[in-house]
Amino acid sequence: MTEKFDINNTFDPDKENQAPKISKEVATKLPTAAKGVDHYLRRTDTDSKAARRAELQVAALFGASSFFTLVFLVSFVAIPREKKIAVSLIGVTGAQNLVLGVSFGFAILLIGIGAIHWAKKLMSDVEIVQERKEIKPADDVQQEALAAFRVGTEESGIGQRKLIRRSLLGALALFPLPFVVMLRDLGPAPKGELRKTAWEEDLHIVTDITYQKIRPEDIPVGNLVSAMPENIMEIQEEEQNLNERGKSAILLVRMRPEEIKSQQGPDWDYQGIVAYSKICTHVGCPIALYEQRTHHLLCPCHQSTFDLSDSGQPIFGPAARRLPQLAITVDEEGYLIARQGFQEPVGPSFWERGA
Amino acid sequence: MLVLFFALGLVSIGFTGINKLVTPAAAKIGSEETLVDKGSALFAEGCSTCHGLNGQGTSDGPTLAGVGAAAVHFQVSTGRMPMAAPGAQVMRKKPSYNEAETLALAAHIATFGPGPAIPSEEQVNEWQNASLAEGGELFRTNCAQCHNFAGSGGALTNGKYAPSLGQATPLQIYEAMITGPQSMPIFSDKTLTPESKAAIIRYIQELNKSENPGGMDLGRVGPVTEGLVLWVVGLGSLIIFAVWIGARVR
Repeated sequence: MTEKFDINNTFDPDKENQAPKISKEVATKLPTAAKGVDHYLRRTDTDSKAARRAELQVAALFGASSFFTLVFLVSFVAIPREKKIAVSLIGVTGAQNLVLGVSFGFAILLIGIGAIHWAKKLMSDVEIVQERKEIKPADDVQQEALAAFRVGTEESGIGQRKLIRRSLLGALALFPLPFVVMLRDLGPAPKGELRKTAWEEDLHIVTDITYQKIRPEDIPVGNLVSAMPENIMEIQEEEQNLNERGKSAILLVRMRPEEIKSQQGPDWDYQGIVAYSKICTHVGCPIALYEQRTHHLLCPCHQSTFDLSDSGQPIFGPAARRLPQLAITVDEEGYLIARQGFQEPVGPSFWERGA
Repeated sequence: MLVLFFALGLVSIGFTGINKLVTPAAAKIGSEETLVDKGSALFAEGCSTCHGLNGQGTSDGPTLAGVGAAAVHFQVSTGRMPMAAPGAQVMRKKPSYNEAETLALAAHIATFGPGPAIPSEEQVNEWQNASLAEGGELFRTNCAQCHNFAGSGGALTNGKYAPSLGQATPLQIYEAMITGPQSMPIFSDKTLTPESKAAIIRYIQELNKSENPGGMDLGRVGPVTEGLVLWVVGLGSLIIFAVWIGARVR
């Protein structure tokens, strides 16, 4: 189909019948043609029917693009925004959204495909070589630059005037300090807030969201409760933020007492009900993926896994610290209360936390 | 004997509650006792190999004493029991028993020991009057950690997973909350009241029928599938175009 073709003839403007035709003006502006590169003629270069066919194909692609643009314009007006249609794979979806997206996408895609098809089939495709410039400057330019630099150092006298040189170096060395000092303004350093939560002695444990006090008999074995201290809403209103909610969230879980391998303090459970912080010690995600049969608690963020039957120790994943346990008991009315606050900071590690 | 009467009582509460769901074949069965008898026969045939003739459990299956009718109805009506093969996770499949047979099995197994009864129709249908907003709040606090914010389910440890809630009926959702199937913890009626449960069911119903106005939901699992599609389909088609642009034309 293709015949070998001498590249040097390509740019000969006098050979009028030679395809591709390049005008004299263009030919002189083109970089050197690639010497020694075999150039093959395309079918569209030799067969005028093929060229015509390619031309029609490109025009058809552009025409189809115009069609889709018109579809976009019409559907913007004609399809009501609320109209829903059921499409396989997508389900029920907004009809206008779908048509607008598809028509816009095809309108721009077909212009691109048409342009590439045009370039590949019909535009000139001769190989050209563009020589890369050398990076090193010419010798005289280099000498000139070095000379200018030398003149500059001599005229400023930085070599002789030691006092200026040293004070300048000192000034430059000190200048970055404000940027370091300004880091202090990232916020007032947290004082005790990272170590303390709202939990304290005799505070009732209430269910999250519904804020009901809990009796131990309300929690059967295998039950999970997301809980809060009873005063959480007051604190939230007072502080006007959710920080305390983020720190004080706990999980209550009941297991058979004989299943508890260890706890963080003697009898910190109440008849097999244990309370642990809901905040992962890795980076502080709320964590409640409790598997009642293994007593494993899985963090959805980075798959840290804690064993609630064994002091909340991490058994897998990036978390290095155990989940802090809250010691619980019941008050005289039989409602679950905290025996004391958390004995260690909840949530992720921080700079001043200590071991 | 007392235990038996207690269990029978629970079953009859459950049974009268959902008699609308019962097929005509089951409706013909007169008393609970014949229901238990029928369940006993089905149990001996389909369940006793793993759970023991009296539901005492074997090395292949746990004891069924005290699991209650609700657990049986959940496991059997979702097709999880009888299970196809042991593994990390028992999967939902086409149920092997019809509703009448499932109720008979539940009635029989409930006689092994007291456990949660099948919630009544009124209890389950309460979701239609429940608060959607409260349901959303409760769902995100108690359920979304495992079942995903859109109820699509998610991975647990060692091959276990929380299933999607897309196929779960209101009754099955209710039963799952009170019985805690597989890895799922129990959410007792005291710590998550029937009103709260109804609100959660309402929210799940709403999630399940929600549409995809923006296009494909890609499983509603968030950035994981969206990223995958972008990298594979998006970048893949760009590479195909790049190859086409660079290809030599003959």
